[in-house]
Amino acid sequence: MQPTDVTDPRYYHKVVDCQWGCPAHTNVPEYIRLIAQGRYTESYLLNRASNVFPGILGRTCDRPCEPACRRTRVDGKPVAICRLKRVAADLRDDVREFLPQIPAQKNGKRIALVGAGPASLTVANDLMPLGYQCVLFEKLDRPGGLMRTNIPAFRLPANVLDEEVAMILDMGVDLRLGTPITSMRALLSQGYDAVFVGSGAPKGKELDVPGRWDTDRIHIGIEWLESVHFEHVTSIGERVLIIGVGNTAMDCCRSSRRLGGRDIKVMARRSRKYFKASPWELDDAIEEGVEIVENHAPKRFIIENGRLTGMEFERLRWTETDGKQRSEVIDTLTIPCDDVILAIGQENAFPWIERDIGIEFNDAGMPIVDRMTMECSRAGVFFGGDAAWGPENIIWAVEHGHQAAISIHNHCERVPLTERPAYGMNLVSAKVGMHAWRYSNDYSPAPRAAMTHVELTQRFQKLNVEVELGFTAEQTAHEVERCLNCDIQTHFTAPLCIECDACVDVCPVNCLTITTDGPEEDLRTRLSAPALNLRQEIYVSAALPQTQRVMVKDEDVCLHCGLCAERCPTAAWDMREFELLIPYAGRRVDFGLRSADVNARVGGSDRQSAVGDLTPR
Amino acid sequence: MTSISKPPVRHPGLPRNALGLTTRDYEGGMSTLCAGCGHDSITAAIIQAVWELDLPPHRAAKLSGIGCSSKTTAYFMRQSHGFNAVHGRMPAVASGVHAANRELVCIGVSGDGDSLSIGLGQLCHAIRRNVDLLYVLENNGVYGLTKGQFSASADVGSKSKRGEPNVQPPIDPVLLAITLGATFVARGFSGDKKQLVPILKAGLTHRGFALVDVISPCVTFNDHEASTKSYRFTRGHRHELAPVDFIPVTHEIAAAAEPGAPLPVTMHDGSVVRFRAVGEDYDPTNRDAAYAHIRRLQSQGDVVTGLLFIDERAADMHSVNGTVDEPLTGVPYEQLCPGSAALEALQEEYR
Repeated sequence: MQPTDVTDPRYYHKVVDCQWGCPAHTNVPEYIRLIAQGRYTESYLLNRASNVFPGILGRTCDRPCEPACRRTRVDGKPVAICRLKRVAADLRDDVREFLPQIPAQKNGKRIALVGAGPASLTVANDLMPLGYQCVLFEKLDRPGGLMRTNIPAFRLPANVLDEEVAMILDMGVDLRLGTPITSMRALLSQGYDAVFVGSGAPKGKELDVPGRWDTDRIHIGIEWLESVHFEHVTSIGERVLIIGVGNTAMDCCRSSRRLGGRDIKVMARRSRKYFKASPWELDDAIEEGVEIVENHAPKRFIIENGRLTGMEFERLRWTETDGKQRSEVIDTLTIPCDDVILAIGQENAFPWIERDIGIEFNDAGMPIVDRMTMECSRAGVFFGGDAAWGPENIIWAVEHGHQAAISIHNHCERVPLTERPAYGMNLVSAKVGMHAWRYSNDYSPAPRAAMTHVELTQRFQKLNVEVELGFTAEQTAHEVERCLNCDIQTHFTAPLCIECDACVDVCPVNCLTITTDGPEEDLRTRLSAPALNLRQEIYVSAALPQTQRVMVKDEDVCLHCGLCAERCPTAAWDMREFELLIPYAGRRVDFGLRSADVNARVGGSDRQSAVGDLTPR
Repeated sequence: MTSISKPPVRHPGLPRNALGLTTRDYEGGMSTLCAGCGHDSITAAIIQAVWELDLPPHRAAKLSGIGCSSKTTAYFMRQSHGFNAVHGRMPAVASGVHAANRELVCIGVSGDGDSLSIGLGQLCHAIRRNVDLLYVLENNGVYGLTKGQFSASADVGSKSKRGEPNVQPPIDPVLLAITLGATFVARGFSGDKKQLVPILKAGLTHRGFALVDVISPCVTFNDHEASTKSYRFTRGHRHELAPVDFIPVTHEIAAAAEPGAPLPVTMHDGSVVRFRAVGEDYDPTNRDAAYAHIRRLQSQGDVVTGLLFIDERAADMHSVNGTVDEPLTGVPYEQLCPGSAALEALQEEYR
């Protein structure tokens, strides 16, 4: 096998599962260490650099990092990464003086941003410090997009949202509230240097079955949540059915519970395994007395005397043959209800974009957008967030915003959009003395901390009582120690190895093997412990000096405890802190070393840096 | 004292033996030896061997004397019996343990100082009595605990870390054991577990004294350029004379019956040690021929390794003494110690 090239940031980045799983590549282990040290402000700022909205995301993120977390494979439960992010956001000091300085002298470029949601706000956040003038158009009378209108206040308090949105608006964004864009042609004619569309996926999907149009007690989920937010809706019937079982459905059922709903059922076509809602949101809904009903397909609404009285469902049995799911109807039944909320998905709608102005759409009515550059078929027009490829989540919208900002900057600087600034890395030894490392390398067997919730009786009194109380100081202290510090890399220098086996013998999770070289499939069969997770890479060293065998490491369940480095007599193993250097618009990563120097110094120095490419997602 | 400890978590896919245990269950305390010490590798090899043999930890006794090597019995099988004897006196204690309870599997760990200097007489007599004991001699050629003086196994011409050459001829434990009539003599290298683990398993299964001399480089005092017991020197000069496979009794032995197949030696419990390659002029079951052959290779500067000599038919200590089959610890006290009247009657016989 080719020796692993650890000078490419990709390899070590992939070892940090949470950071690799995060669309915005948030440096999770480092921010957790900062929390452990009580440095909440630094932790918050580190978060903000990549994900822009730590307080909001600390409550609402879809957490792609947590299923990826290595701790899951070690003791079954991931580190509570998301809730630790909230700790940093809750306990930080005023950060205003640490935010990017906005030049008084503008660069003369004007950018139009459509829709004041997370994608557009991220673009503004990245471009304002470079001297751009950003004009942000929002159809509603408050900024925040779906973060404001679709996430109920009992999950995301308004003050948290307001503060983080204000950090960006206060950079001098020209915010135009109550200004829907009705014609792209007209907008383009106003001479902006670039246009970014971050208008989301604002249209709830319809369920056109009999009875749909015969009553006013059937609501579209996201529109209903928006009406609740603006207090146009303040009550709901006692018996509510929610159709669909995504996260919007969860927000709808829990909001119903607070507006007078007593008997609330979430109706799912399929079994729990296929639910789109995050498991923790399902748990919270169930805790609040919401019933989740599986395998029921909606058939028709029952209207009696012009009044909605119930809904008819087919009970389904699902069978799988040849990997295909098939359903058969068991029977049909009626469930009485007063209101129905449809939460079966969202669609994009671009009635305001003319089809003859060079912006191409596909058959599904979606603009054709380049995955890397975020540009559509018309130069200078960019899409991001849910507007680009349909509903995703906030953290993806943020990453789209970062990438679009890079493209817009390139566009304005007349640099080809495909010339993306490279990712880089720093790698610095974490050793500070005998048995002493710059991180807490002791494995903590503590179980995952459980979030404390407000008492049920209290939380239904008002719509905006935040349910999650956040971690206590003690919970935080335990939870930070659960992090395995995957960014503190086990860095191997083959020429120093004397093949004494000390590392292989001491490794508590049998990650290491010294063996003869061979192709990867063959090597994986000869490891100290079976490789269970083929998605995790194996590290293969160059030939070892004494026997020409190779050092192989299966990264899968490495605890990053540092024992290999502790027991290595020649410091061939070292624990090195890996920092992924992420480029943002107008800010290339700074290494302090030229990459040519780096290659010459691999292994010899305890500090190295490098540049590389991360394949865009 | 060490300030590091091994986390209790284990690899989720770690295999289990017939007792349902993983290798982690055979571990002991955290080693306080120098990082990279060959002894720690031997500890790991012992753990692997006893795990593969499905040895119940509470049926084993670990015995040692004094020295770096003798500390290592604390680093494996934390649930086993153990006795850390005075310097060089482990064989006497091991003889006592085995005399009292012949059902315990005895694992003795010693070093070149403990065995070849202060304890040489003890070693010789344990071999002579053929005590049923695996005797692991962790051989690094220096006194590590007293900062690297030459031991009795240091080769002539090998230099100390400060550059002084050794002038005294070495005692070779392998040749010594063969001349003393040992029934199982092997040499391994801490840096090659693939070879060492089957040897240890065979030694544990052998009924009688099993000497396993293991070259175990001292990273702190004897792993330098002019050392003849360094990792590099051993790898460069190692001659694997008699590689073996150990086939436990529970496995079917197919190849052993074929004509022209490698030499099989059946152990007392039915398991088989199979020599994969033995030369024309070498027979690991012929004491004189084995001695001569090993001697010849060593004079050429080779570090001869492998299971060098085995005699599975010899009687062990209990057979020679005609002791009862039952462990003495299980014999009722009145029978073991029948009282002064019985003693007087016995003495009367000699009057």
